[in-house]
Amino acid sequence: MPRSGRRTSYSTVDGNGLTVGVLALQGAVDEHLRMIEECGARGVGIKRPAGLDDVDGLIIPGGESTAIGKLISEYGFADPIRRRGMSGLPIFGTCAGLILLSRDVVGAHGPLLGLADVTVERNAFGRQVDSFEDDLEVEGIEDEERLYHAVFIRAPVMEAVGAGVTVMASLGGGAVLAREGNLLLGAFHPELTSDLRVHRFFLDMVAKAARGARHGGR
Amino acid sequence: MLKGGVIMDVTTAEQARIAEDAGAVAVMALERVPADIRAAGGVARMADPIVIQAIMETVTIPVMAKCRIGHFVEAQVLEAMGVDYVDESEVLTPADEAYHVDKWKFTVPFVCGAINLGEALRRIGEGAAMIRTKGEAGTGNVVEAVRHMRTITSEMARLTTLGDEELMGAAKELRAPFELVRELSDTGKLPVVNFSAGGIATPADAAMMMQLGADGVFVGSGIFKSEDPAGRAHAIVQATTHFRDAVLIGEVSRGIGEAMRGLEIAEIGKENLIQYRGW
Repeated sequence: MPRSGRRTSYSTVDGNGLTVGVLALQGAVDEHLRMIEECGARGVGIKRPAGLDDVDGLIIPGGESTAIGKLISEYGFADPIRRRGMSGLPIFGTCAGLILLSRDVVGAHGPLLGLADVTVERNAFGRQVDSFEDDLEVEGIEDEERLYHAVFIRAPVMEAVGAGVTVMASLGGGAVLAREGNLLLGAFHPELTSDLRVHRFFLDMVAKAARGARHGGR
Repeated sequence: MLKGGVIMDVTTAEQARIAEDAGAVAVMALERVPADIRAAGGVARMADPIVIQAIMETVTIPVMAKCRIGHFVEAQVLEAMGVDYVDESEVLTPADEAYHVDKWKFTVPFVCGAINLGEALRRIGEGAAMIRTKGEAGTGNVVEAVRHMRTITSEMARLTTLGDEELMGAAKELRAPFELVRELSDTGKLPVVNFSAGGIATPADAAMMMQLGADGVFVGSGIFKSEDPAGRAHAIVQATTHFRDAVLIGEVSRGIGEAMRGLEIAEIGKENLIQYRGW
């Protein structure tokens, strides 16, 4: 793990000038912010919908999907997130964030954002005692021959994905990392390791989208 | 991933549903809440598995359950039942005066109480995956929770100022594993999450503990011993999420009925304080 307490400067290779919001209602918010800053971008916790206006990308972190889902409804995040997601804002959902972004969930669940054309099974690997870590082959990230060490906590899995979804990593027959246009969907917790490659991949999506938006605006 | 959330004590499936609906990130399945354990006296033990089972079948959020300090067989039973976390808790009557459970032997994660940094690091050394400051359970009085959180924060801050040659002495004073002391002196934070517990009764209590550095809060008797449990549970979740937003905390605190009556710590008498169980 990097020593966060004594680090004074970040590299500014990829993420320079970009602002990535982390939905800060519950869950692994600080950890994602740290990863964003290590990628050289600015990370901000988003507690109110107005905060979404100023970000180039958004991460919906892992946490308890029912708790985060209720707070999303309560504070009126659902419509602005959907609107910005549909107009191309890069959004990365991890674990609970993946569940909330999905179009459908197996079994009972609260309201979903429904942006991603995937069907998710919650707690697909079992209860807390069945949480685990595993080395994954991930397609499309830098240095992809090197396995990615992933942390799964009461993790969901994408048991079905639509035609527009590119699966980047699978485990036990289900997809655990996938991309659909401006959406990145992960079943595991990339913020709980020191491996920045998945976050860099997302930052790259954010950088390209921001460039596109600037050109489009001219 | 429980960070930033509220974990609520529940004794029935119906209460568990209220907690889940309010936005709790987990529930603690108990036979009695701490205020009732305190009032009942006698020996407090692991809850009847039938109570825990009913709660596990009702909610989709994680379910925690308590075993007595040092009672590794209660912990084995809870693990076998599939509970998501075991709380080796001072709220129950300790089963072993000398040893806590060797938590490395288990797959299920443990949460343990601490009143200071040394105790937190000893529990982490034994394998605890999560710490909660003990506070004084069942009192509805936040003062002990504040004391314990402030103590841990200032002890951690001090460690980061020490030179390498001072760390062994610090480990001796804290009665804590040296490797953990050395790691903490570098990172300035615990290697596991630290929630606040024991006496939180209002939305403002919860937000204060978050501002003092808690990663989340446990609310025990404070919800189901109050006048309007559903309203209070909901308000405490909001206040925990928006813990720096005083306007919002004021709004959610309106009209949620009376809090639990609560106990003054001095009236309890030191020999009856739960926080000094365990070491």
